[in-house]
This record gives sequence, C-alpha cells and structure tokens, in this order.
Amino acid sequence: MSIAAKPVSGVFDVERVRADFPILEQKVHGKPLVYLDNAATSQKPRAVIDAISHYYEGTNANIHRAVHHLSEQATEEYEAARITAQKFINAGSPTEIIFVRGTTEGINLVAQTFGRANIHAGDEVIVTDMEHHSDIVPWQLLAQDRGAKLRVAPINDRGELILEEYEKLLGPKTKLVCVTHVSNALGTINPVRQIIEMAHAQGVPVLVDGAQAVPHLKVDVQALDCDFYSFSGHKIYGPTGIGVLYGKKALLEAMPPYQGGGDMILSVTFEKTTYNRLPYKFEAGTPDIAGVIGLGAALKYLTGIGIQKIGGYEHELLDYATAAVSKIPGLKIIGTAKEKAGVLSFTLENIHPHDIGTILDQEGIAIRTGHHCSQPVMRRFGVDSTARASFAMYNTKQEVDALARGIEKVREVFA
Amino acid sequence: MSDLRDLYQDVILEHSKAPRNYREQPAANHKAEGFNPLCGDHFTIFITLDGDKIQDISFQGSGCAISKASASMMTQTLKGKTRAEAEQLFTRFHDLVTGHAEGGAGSETELGKLEVFSGVSEFPVRVKCATLAWHTLNAALEGKQEAVTTE
Repeated sequence: MSIAAKPVSGVFDVERVRADFPILEQKVHGKPLVYLDNAATSQKPRAVIDAISHYYEGTNANIHRAVHHLSEQATEEYEAARITAQKFINAGSPTEIIFVRGTTEGINLVAQTFGRANIHAGDEVIVTDMEHHSDIVPWQLLAQDRGAKLRVAPINDRGELILEEYEKLLGPKTKLVCVTHVSNALGTINPVRQIIEMAHAQGVPVLVDGAQAVPHLKVDVQALDCDFYSFSGHKIYGPTGIGVLYGKKALLEAMPPYQGGGDMILSVTFEKTTYNRLPYKFEAGTPDIAGVIGLGAALKYLTGIGIQKIGGYEHELLDYATAAVSKIPGLKIIGTAKEKAGVLSFTLENIHPHDIGTILDQEGIAIRTGHHCSQPVMRRFGVDSTARASFAMYNTKQEVDALARGIEKVREVFA
Repeated sequence: MSDLRDLYQDVILEHSKAPRNYREQPAANHKAEGFNPLCGDHFTIFITLDGDKIQDISFQGSGCAISKASASMMTQTLKGKTRAEAEQLFTRFHDLVTGHAEGGAGSETELGKLEVFSGVSEFPVRVKCATLAWHTLNAALEGKQEAVTTE
C-alpha cells in the first residue's frame, strides 16, 4: 500500500490536496464546511486513515515482544515511522525520537526527568509571555516542587518576543529556557535560532514547543541546535494521542526514566532494574502503535507535497486573510508580528468571541473562540478571549472570503 | 438566519448592550463569583436578602451576549421574589434552555420574559452561557452569610 502523497508539481494545487481529505466534503448547517480551526487540530488525509485501518486489519500485534510474523511486521512499521519522524525534523539519530502522547506529554517528560534531575532550589526556568499553558504549568509544578523560580520573557504590542529583555533574564541561575516556535494564539514565529544561541552562550539548554510550527515550517533540529523539541501528531494531519519528543542524545542518556514499565527495561529483579537503551528507556508500556504508524503516514504525506511549498501557500493565504478582514470596521487583529504563520486572532468591537463563533458556525465556518489555553497572552493584550481563524494547506481564498462575509453577518446581527 | 434570530432575539441583544442592575452592592449580604473556565466569562452576583425575600439583586462582570443578557434579565425577574421562588425559576429556566420545558405554569414561577431564551435549546454549547448567572445565584444564596462582607 502506498501512503505517500501524489506529488504536486509546479504551483501548489490546493484542490488536489483537498481531495485527499474526506471530511472536507461535508456540509454543516446546510453550508459547505469551512474548517478554520487547524491550530486546534487539523483534518486527516486518506493516507493517514488508510494507514491506521491497514494496521488494524492486517498487521495488528504488540511490538518488541514476540517472534511471530505479525509482531515482527508491526515492529517494523512502528520503527519505520520513527525514522520518518527523524528525517522529518532532521534529527541526528532515530534514538533521539521518543514517541509520546503529544506536545504536552513531551514537555512534561522533560520537566519530570531532566527537570527533576537538574533544577533545584533557587534555580530558574525561563518561559515567554506567549507560551501555551502546556509550556507554563509543567514548569510551575516543577518550580513549586523544587523551590525554583519561573521567569517570564516579555513580548511587545505586536506579539513579538523582546529579545533584549529575554537576554537579560539569562544568568547563572538559569537551568532551562522553554519557548514556543510558533504562538498558537498570535501566530508569531519566534526567532528560535537566535533564542537558542543566546541561551547556549550561557550554557543553558533550550526546549522548543513545536506544536504550531511543524505543520507550516521546515524544522531542522540540528540547524536550530535545540536541546529538546516537542510536537503533536494531530496538528500535523496525523492522529490524536501521538506526538514526538526530540532530545539530544547526551541529554536523554543522562536523564532518569519518565515512567516505569514494560519495554523500558533490560532486566528487572526486585533489587535492581537496568533500563533499556534509547529511545525505549522513555517508552514504557505498549505504545499507541496505530498512532505512530498514522503519524508516519502523515509526515510522509507532507514530505510528498513539500513543506516549503505548503508554507509558501499558507503564507499567501494568511496575507490574503489579513488584508480581507482588516477592511471590516471594528475588527482588531491581535498578534501583528512581522513573522507569522497560520493564525489570525481578532476581536470585533464589543461583540464577544463566543457570539462570533456561534454565528459563523451557522454559516458552516469553524473557528476557535476563547483564551486558546494562553491566558497570559490574553491578559497581555487586555482581552478575555479572541476569535481565531487558523489555516491549513487545504484552505482556500474562497474560504477566506466566506469568513469575511460571515464576520459581516455577525456585525449585522449585532447592529 | 432564522435559527440565529431564535437565539439572538432583540430583547437579548438589547439587554446585552445595556444590562440592567449592572452595579456593585457593597452592602449585599450574599455574594458569589461564577466563571466559565472554558471561555473566560466571569460574573459576580450581589444579593441583599431581607429574611427570605430578595430585596435587591445586581451583577458585574464580562461575558458573551447570551450570558450577559441572561444575568441582566435574571436580576430583573428576581427582585422581590423569595428564595424558594428563585430556586423554582432556576429549575424552570434550566429546563427551558436545555429543551426540557413543559407547558403550564404556577403563577409564582412563570418565566415570563425569560421565555426569550428558549432558542438556546437549539444551541447546546451555549447552555452554559445562559445558565452561568443562575448557577452563580445559587452559590450566592447557599453561601454562608459570614463569608460575605456585611460589617
């Protein structure tokens, strides 16, 4: 079975891409579905759905266990997906790819292992003002447990990290920097390469939350020189419940295990357990085998189209959308960084985002409303919540036009 | 648009733009804060109970059109009512917005103007918006008096 995408030559053929996503054909409230909630989760191409069905129908067995045929085949597919993921972010070795439930679990893994081993009373962890709750709360829990301190690098009114202020926070007490690659609430692309350089100049490792970046940008963890990089499968056209934590081998090797159980051991006696080698040391218990295979299919599908080509098309779409909604009276875009990807967050006069969301839904348009699990960002911009349209490679300019018409309708209802 | 108009009736829009009883009551003897962590809506309900009777009721906070109009109209309806009547009204209002309302009504617990919220039952995700103020009311009424600043 082939799970690679049909190569799209020359210009980006969005209709061809759309045809790969069965869910996009449906109508909502009698209108064609306009799915603009991709930063929450993306839709799945046929290649991913088929890969999962194919696994359950043809090769389901537990991995790394038995000598029988199916187990061998399942193990092979599972490990092939690890290599696909390794190549996708250009990690140096497949042993640096740990399968986790998602970005959140990847971050918690680092907090509970690297964090507990290296962060002590009086130490500091730096996060930014634009982090998702999943890159704040794990560090808060760790800081409370350890008597360590969370320092917050500020952002400017456009939603860009203030690098000089961030650099000032770095010091001998800093044990880790945690930064999002792309902000889920604002769309800001952070200059992570520079952020990492500044941290490394002081010997501080950096964890990058890549959940919103991998679907839009070419990520090369070696070029970035990040120490940890975490992302979710479901935001990159793969299944929910699966994600990847990349870590530099030397760091992973020095870290204590995360969870105990089967597969993460070499030998167990009641006196002592010898842990398995990387990456299995961090993959206790039977993993989400189907999820991993589905994720592998998603990454192959994306690679087939070309992530740069996708990024270019999405950038054009975001520019088009920004221009279209900017014309709407009373609409204010939250997050106007120079470098942005995929996200258009806005407020509309005094109309609450929930009401905007309900009215757009009646037009078949799915957007997210609320605080986007980023309450500090909302406070920074003096709002409780925003409406957020977020784009994927299968969205079209016609859909952006539908969004703009929908927002006009919201204004009519509240006129 | 007809569905939308069932939800966003003119009365609701009008109350959301100009909410009634939108003020603090420093002397209130019952008070509670309610919020919806999913959307960030938050309201404070202030009640001055005279024995069993709601002598004054007001609110402050922020939220969507549905939650704000619901809070506004709730305060209008409940002024002068007894605790028992308020509780009965909440039950009936809850039934209304969740689509479980039955016909017929005792005169003390008639929903009256609050019937405009019947359209909410077609929008299940918005039920929480419509009932936030009422849940907060319950918390305020149930709260022990010493927990509220009366001085």
